[in-house]
Amino acid sequence: MWCLIIIGGGIIVTLLGPISVSGFGEFDWFVSSMIQAVIALVLVVIWILILSKIKNWVFKKEIKL
Amino acid sequence: MIDLLIPTIISCVAALAVVYIMTPPLIKFLEKQNFTVKDMNKKEDVMVVRPGGPAIIAGIIISEIILYAFLQLNEILAMLITTSAAFVIGYVDDRKVMGGWFKPVALAVAAIPIIALGTYDSYLVFPLFGAVQIPVLYLALIIFMIPITGNTINSIDVLNGVASGFMVIASFSLSLCLFIVQNYEIAVVSLPLGVVSLAFYKFHKVPSKIFPGDSGALALGAMYGGIAIVGDVEIIAAVALLPAVINSFLFISSVKRVVEHRQIKGKPVEHTVDFKLQATDDKKAPVTLVRLILAGGGPMSEKQVGFAIFKLAIFSGFLAVITALMMGVSL
Repeated sequence: MWCLIIIGGGIIVTLLGPISVSGFGEFDWFVSSMIQAVIALVLVVIWILILSKIKNWVFKKEIKL
Repeated sequence: MIDLLIPTIISCVAALAVVYIMTPPLIKFLEKQNFTVKDMNKKEDVMVVRPGGPAIIAGIIISEIILYAFLQLNEILAMLITTSAAFVIGYVDDRKVMGGWFKPVALAVAAIPIIALGTYDSYLVFPLFGAVQIPVLYLALIIFMIPITGNTINSIDVLNGVASGFMVIASFSLSLCLFIVQNYEIAVVSLPLGVVSLAFYKFHKVPSKIFPGDSGALALGAMYGGIAIVGDVEIIAAVALLPAVINSFLFISSVKRVVEHRQIKGKPVEHTVDFKLQATDDKKAPVTLVRLILAGGGPMSEKQVGFAIFKLAIFSGFLAVITALMMGVSL
């Protein structure tokens, strides 16, 4: 989970950091934030799915609960 | 940094003294009021008083007011209001059975003072990769962080001494990490959390004389989350809290909804003839950290399971320190 946090952090910085939208006037920051929010949500969902797979693997294969 | 020494010593001594002195009369008062619950992991019918939250919040408030008198930081005020609000929310839940969604929603509201007082930095800092600015997304993070840390500590409060003992390790690890990232003032502000938890652990350890209740657990968790935000160490704080986070994740992903423990039908853990704990093979029961430990290690006493959790907390604290050291390294 620690490795997933470190790697996930790298992906977030790489993907979200450079996002900067122009052409919407004073709403540039809002559009940028919305795009960041959508990408972040997708990343969190992927992160949870990976964790769920790991959890299922640990329980079903190793401990047989 | 030397000028922080006197406020540190005075606040920590006050935190320790308040909880240590206040808890015994609180136990007597709660016994008189018959505010007791059965300790489910004891062979005999042992009744234990709850909640210990009032002693915990008194220690936090007095120590942080002392620190505010010295440091005049808005961060202390924000954290104090949020922690006190979390205590009140927990106390309501201690006195009256509320729905599963009450605590998360109410704790989200309790996070508002941190935003209102502007005591946050909208940069999320990651080890090795640097920081990313997420102005709007960060507000959502604050709103989510306090319910998550509050409920995470509350959900690990299942055995004698575990919640307070775990908080001792996690919060002192976080304080050490704050010193490593050179955020000295917030490091000092965070120390009373560990001290209060340590003082309460004396009465909460096996065999418990008092349980923290929702009011105590939510106050500890909310303060931890508040420190993570105002100290700008969200990722480090999450790492130090990993065993409790894993417990919450396992629980929610197995029951697939937000519910109170009392609403769960299956039993994740049962007692052996000699009253040790062992994992069940009940498919309906939620998967929890305790169940995971018992499934891997066989029947254990309550004390042994507690120490297994503390070992995981120490390991996570060690990972948090490594993460803090990695904050200074850039790829």
